[in-house]
Amino acid sequence: MNFANAFTPERLQEAWNCLLNEFPFAIWETLYSTLLATLFAIIIGLPLGVLLVTGEPKGIRPLPKVVMSFLNVFINFLRSVPFIILMVMIIPLTRVIVGTSVGTVASIVPLTVAAFPFIARLVESSLREVNPNIIETAQAMGATPMQIITHVMLPESVPSLITNFTLAITTIMGYTAMSGAVGGGGLGKLALAYGYQRYRYAVLYLAVIVLVLITQLIQSFGTWLARKCDKRLKG
Amino acid sequence: MIELKNLSKQFETADGSVDALRHINLTVQDGDIYGIIGMSGAGKSTLVRCINMLEKPTEGGVYWNGKDLGSMSEKELRAMRRRITMIFQSFNLLMQRTCLKNVTLPLRLSGMKNSDAEKRGMELLELVGLPDKANSYPAQLSGGQQQRVAIARALATDPEVLLCDEATSALDPKTTHAILELIREINKKMGITVIVITHQMSVVQEICSHVAILEHGEVVEEGEVSEVFSNPKANATKNLIYPELSDGAAILAEGGQKIRIIYNGAVASREPMIAKMAVDCGILGSILGASTRSVGDLAYGYILLEIPGGPAELAKAVSYLSSMPDVIVQVEAEYGSKEVKA
Repeated sequence: MNFANAFTPERLQEAWNCLLNEFPFAIWETLYSTLLATLFAIIIGLPLGVLLVTGEPKGIRPLPKVVMSFLNVFINFLRSVPFIILMVMIIPLTRVIVGTSVGTVASIVPLTVAAFPFIARLVESSLREVNPNIIETAQAMGATPMQIITHVMLPESVPSLITNFTLAITTIMGYTAMSGAVGGGGLGKLALAYGYQRYRYAVLYLAVIVLVLITQLIQSFGTWLARKCDKRLKG
Repeated sequence: MIELKNLSKQFETADGSVDALRHINLTVQDGDIYGIIGMSGAGKSTLVRCINMLEKPTEGGVYWNGKDLGSMSEKELRAMRRRITMIFQSFNLLMQRTCLKNVTLPLRLSGMKNSDAEKRGMELLELVGLPDKANSYPAQLSGGQQQRVAIARALATDPEVLLCDEATSALDPKTTHAILELIREINKKMGITVIVITHQMSVVQEICSHVAILEHGEVVEEGEVSEVFSNPKANATKNLIYPELSDGAAILAEGGQKIRIIYNGAVASREPMIAKMAVDCGILGSILGASTRSVGDLAYGYILLEIPGGPAELAKAVSYLSSMPDVIVQVEAEYGSKEVKA
């Protein structure tokens, strides 16, 4: 790497132009692939996380041990494959779903597959925080297992779920930067293809700074929202 | 009416099975406030959870108006749990929901429309004295207020029976008193049968009509509170009623002749009978121990007297004291007692 002429006036001017012309679309790509992947991951991961808690032998709706073991192994397996390898591994699946394995839309598939087991574990840990006495109380009221999930477990863990989903979003955004390596768009691609491979380090750093800023914003918003929703805090 | 017939519960643990409850037989009549008292670990919480089948008995059964709860389907059990509701030591309110939403929860679970449920919820909050807290969250309430909300919630589905699992154990004495008053009022006004689980004798004294004493998973004594209190038989009962006399065995072990005067109501308690005995019979009994309690409107308790002299004086003292109204006199033998006259 040659940093000596990375920050000359022309290079900075170039980076400024890039910021105005390329960044808005790259930011948009990063945001929508992150948010869509998170959304799909929640749709798949939330029920799985619920099952992990309710299906236990001591849960409110125990499932056969075989089912629980399979679920756990499956989630652990997906969680242990590095994202960059997972992306390549599921290219056939991506082709079936999107029709192509290249591009920002296509990158949503591996992002979702990488994120839903993570979400499932986060939901599991949020639900385990729910006071077991309150679940017993709901049973004593004549609630069905489904009602306990929808009326007690999920509403009671909303602040914790928000905190954990915020964590998920910021992690998934990190993954989108990697998906730039396999044809996904966004700030990651900009940093790698434009900044790194064409020796435009100013652009590389600028992309990183913008990513950091977005992460900060999402994290602050998530923390604020979780606090605002938590009715256990007085005043 | 709730009947427990030969009810036993075993828990399987890593160290083998543990008998939590052994052959419990109890009958709770409609309209009773029935106390089940015992030290921690006696099996009280397990027992109350067997009554609404949160714990399935290993043996024996629970009969509610003649129906065997053990043979009910899940659906029937859920319907039963709307008629036999429960309040808890830790209140167990949903912390993320307003008080009104907490009260309407059982109604919403049973499929009632939100507007109807909220109307009923407000009536119930009024009943427990907290209409202004409808939109507050439980964290903003005191313990006593939270228990009131929990009571309102337990009453939402018009229950026949209210189970109270150590409902006042987390509250200070003054709040305990207020909550017990509320429970008594509910029992009287709405005719709801109440089963109270507690380790506090004061709770039983204050509101219960009947009591069962649970020790090591067994009922060691049972009956009307006035009877059990005035004449406790089992050691566990004596320890619970007169904790200050757990050294009673030591007193009894010493020689000398002793009688126990058990008095059974306000009349007897106003009679200066020991002074009168000294004047009338010339027997100077010395008081070894005494304890009195008021149960409901009446006073109950006992005095343990040492009688000087020989068997003649003893017989004289017994016959004199027995002539007093509402008094039971017992001659104390070592570690036990023999009833002379009721």
